[in-house]
Amino acid sequence: MTDTPTGTTTGEKAADKSGGGTAQAAISDFGIDTTSRSTGEALRDYVARVRGGELGSLPALLGLVVLLVVFSSLSDNFLTLGNIANLLAQGAGKTVIAMGLVFVLLLGEIDLSAGTASGVAASVMALHLVKSGNLLGGMGSTVFYLFCGIIALAIVLAAWMRLWIGVALSAVALLIALIGLPANPWTEMLLALCVGTAIGCVTGFLVAKVRIPSFVVTLALFLAWGGVILQFIGQGGTLGLRDDTLFKVANGNLNTAASWGLFVIAAGGYAAVVLSRHFTRLRKGLVAQPTAMVAAKVAVVVVLSAVVTYLLTLNRSHSDLVKISGVPYVVPIVLVLLVIGTFVLDRTRYGRHIYAVGGNQEAARRAGIDVPKIRMSVFVICSSVAALGAIIYSSKVGSVDPNAGGGNTLLYAVGAAVIGGTSLFGGKGRVSNAVIGGAVLATIDNGLGLLKQPAAVVFVITGLVLLLAASVDALSRRRAAVASR
Amino acid sequence: MSEPILELRGINKSFGPVHVLHDVDFTVRAGEVTALVGDNGAGKSTLVKCIAGIYPTDSGEVLFNGEQTHIHGPKEASNLGIEVVYQDLALCDNLDIVQNMFLGRERGRAGLLDESDMEQAARKTLTSLSVRTVKSVRTPVASLSGGQRQTVAIAKAVLWDSKVVLLDEPTAALGVAQTRQVLDLVRRLAEQGLGVVLISHNMNDVFEVADRIATLYLGRMAAELPTKDVTHSQVVELITAGRSGDLGIARPENAVV
Ligand SMILES: Nc1ncnc2c1ncn2[C@@H]1O[C@H](COP(=O)(O)OP(=O)(O)O)[C@@H](O)[C@H]1O
Ligand SMILES: [Mg+2]
Repeated sequence: MTDTPTGTTTGEKAADKSGGGTAQAAISDFGIDTTSRSTGEALRDYVARVRGGELGSLPALLGLVVLLVVFSSLSDNFLTLGNIANLLAQGAGKTVIAMGLVFVLLLGEIDLSAGTASGVAASVMALHLVKSGNLLGGMGSTVFYLFCGIIALAIVLAAWMRLWIGVALSAVALLIALIGLPANPWTEMLLALCVGTAIGCVTGFLVAKVRIPSFVVTLALFLAWGGVILQFIGQGGTLGLRDDTLFKVANGNLNTAASWGLFVIAAGGYAAVVLSRHFTRLRKGLVAQPTAMVAAKVAVVVVLSAVVTYLLTLNRSHSDLVKISGVPYVVPIVLVLLVIGTFVLDRTRYGRHIYAVGGNQEAARRAGIDVPKIRMSVFVICSSVAALGAIIYSSKVGSVDPNAGGGNTLLYAVGAAVIGGTSLFGGKGRVSNAVIGGAVLATIDNGLGLLKQPAAVVFVITGLVLLLAASVDALSRRRAAVASR
Repeated sequence: MSEPILELRGINKSFGPVHVLHDVDFTVRAGEVTALVGDNGAGKSTLVKCIAGIYPTDSGEVLFNGEQTHIHGPKEASNLGIEVVYQDLALCDNLDIVQNMFLGRERGRAGLLDESDMEQAARKTLTSLSVRTVKSVRTPVASLSGGQRQTVAIAKAVLWDSKVVLLDEPTAALGVAQTRQVLDLVRRLAEQGLGVVLISHNMNDVFEVADRIATLYLGRMAAELPTKDVTHSQVVELITAGRSGDLGIARPENAVV
């Protein structure tokens, strides 16, 4: 800082008139900001940031490459088209749950009940389908009225916090249950989503307003929802999802034309958004990455998705009688959620406030942000998105059993987010982290399975990978703290 | 003497059993710099936070432009045109400079963010504060030095079209040159007709920029006097003992209780 104050213009005056001649003078004082950096400089900056502890998804991407190399050299089946498509569908459910969890982790909170909450959504969905819409008959009157009571409670709590989306979706769940709408795959999926929302309203209220630590609330609910699932389905029971649409969610594929259509929309849309944004920033003299780097990033994404699309449109059936080809439905589903989640976090005021609360809750409060509402809302998002994950994993196996969402579901979801680079300490993370981390875990799971490793080994290795990711998170945080002072 | 823009009357504030502010009267005048001084723990930051709507007061009146108001939250304070640079800065380490400066008041329509508008405005404000050591306005606050953070916190407060600016020990982390700039800025804001409150422990700074000096002693307003009517040593006495000659609290023995 030099000690010559510039004239008499103070900030508020200068800030108010935007554009015009003053802009040029102002901008010239931030030389480095506007003269866009060379690629070499940008790379050096990136290396410096990584060394300073800002790893992001880098460890996970490197890990994914290593895993792909190791498994494809150890197993002949690993890199077959059929297995890759299968791997995508296997990992999708838990990856989607992880995408919702990112919102909770961004606040430095945890939702241990995301797995079993998704299981409740899945079992209500299955029950509604199996009993042709008669939940009262399926649950028995006491349980049914309790169920409706809890959803009504969720509506009240959400209304109290003025979380209107929570109110609306929970009300839809209550309506579907009370009216007894006939079974229909779309109704079932909507019901699952809305049950997830209602659950999230309850969890979020307990954390945000009653101020019980999220660890305790969600640990208690983890157990409670496990019991609820058991009650809905019955010990040793299974509810089959005998419906073509529901089955296709995780097992169906786009046809060849639609697959390429998806490629054009997704890759083309990505390129268009990134490039137009980049050139707009350059034109307005804002901080921007070097054009070469942006172009390279776009090119890599477009080429990779073209290759994957091509491979997935080849026939991957083992028998000559049937032909299996096309991009699995789960790919566009995950992509849509990824785009929405990223958009919300990066481009909306709400997303900005989530990061703020995760970074410094007191500062957020002093900036006038409604911290309790933000805190409640992330639990609502987490449980709602977990319910979508439940639809996918139930569709994959074609049924819902009392173990739905239990077992290692939560470990996988938390693991995926953390491995992908989301911090357990809050304030740092992206929805794409969950996708990358989910891919790592699905690869480990699938690869070890192909190598005929027993479940014991799979569990231990998955646990260790999560531990490793958490250590990387903690250490990089310490490094960042040292680097900044 | 100019019009009071912000007036507090009989403010009381307790944290549980701890009575921090006792019947505090405090006036901020447009176009003037009021220094708020007092020992550590006297209640200066608490008073500022009460004005900013962070803490609810237990009793007392707040008048803004002569009209009685109730400030129930930080949003209401900023809507009135009250800006605060907090002692602990209140910045989010994980956000960059622009994001911090617009926190809670992001520009854009329908819940979406207008990043270019915010970035340009932030850069102009920083430039007007002659901030040149910050490499980029997109630098995360976590990687800034103490002085740079302080500057960002100040820039955040002067970015808005405000009427009252309260600065809680804004020069604590600054070097000589930067302190000079902040003092110049404080004067400049007052010259533009804003009411400025400066909390500082540095008597030289206080005597240089302040038009009036208000002294808090153990949560009581010991004296609120024009700078020209008091001397260094009188203010130091007011700070440490609550009274100086016939200035200050009448019977400090009772006040301590
Ligand atoms: N949030 C709080 N809870 C309880 N006591 C507090 C709180 N904030 C401040 N205090 C107490 O109020 C008194 C005044 O503090 P403060 O306003 O920070 O003083 P100053 O800024 O003048 O140094 C201190 O005794 C402090 O311990
Ligand atoms: Mg203080």
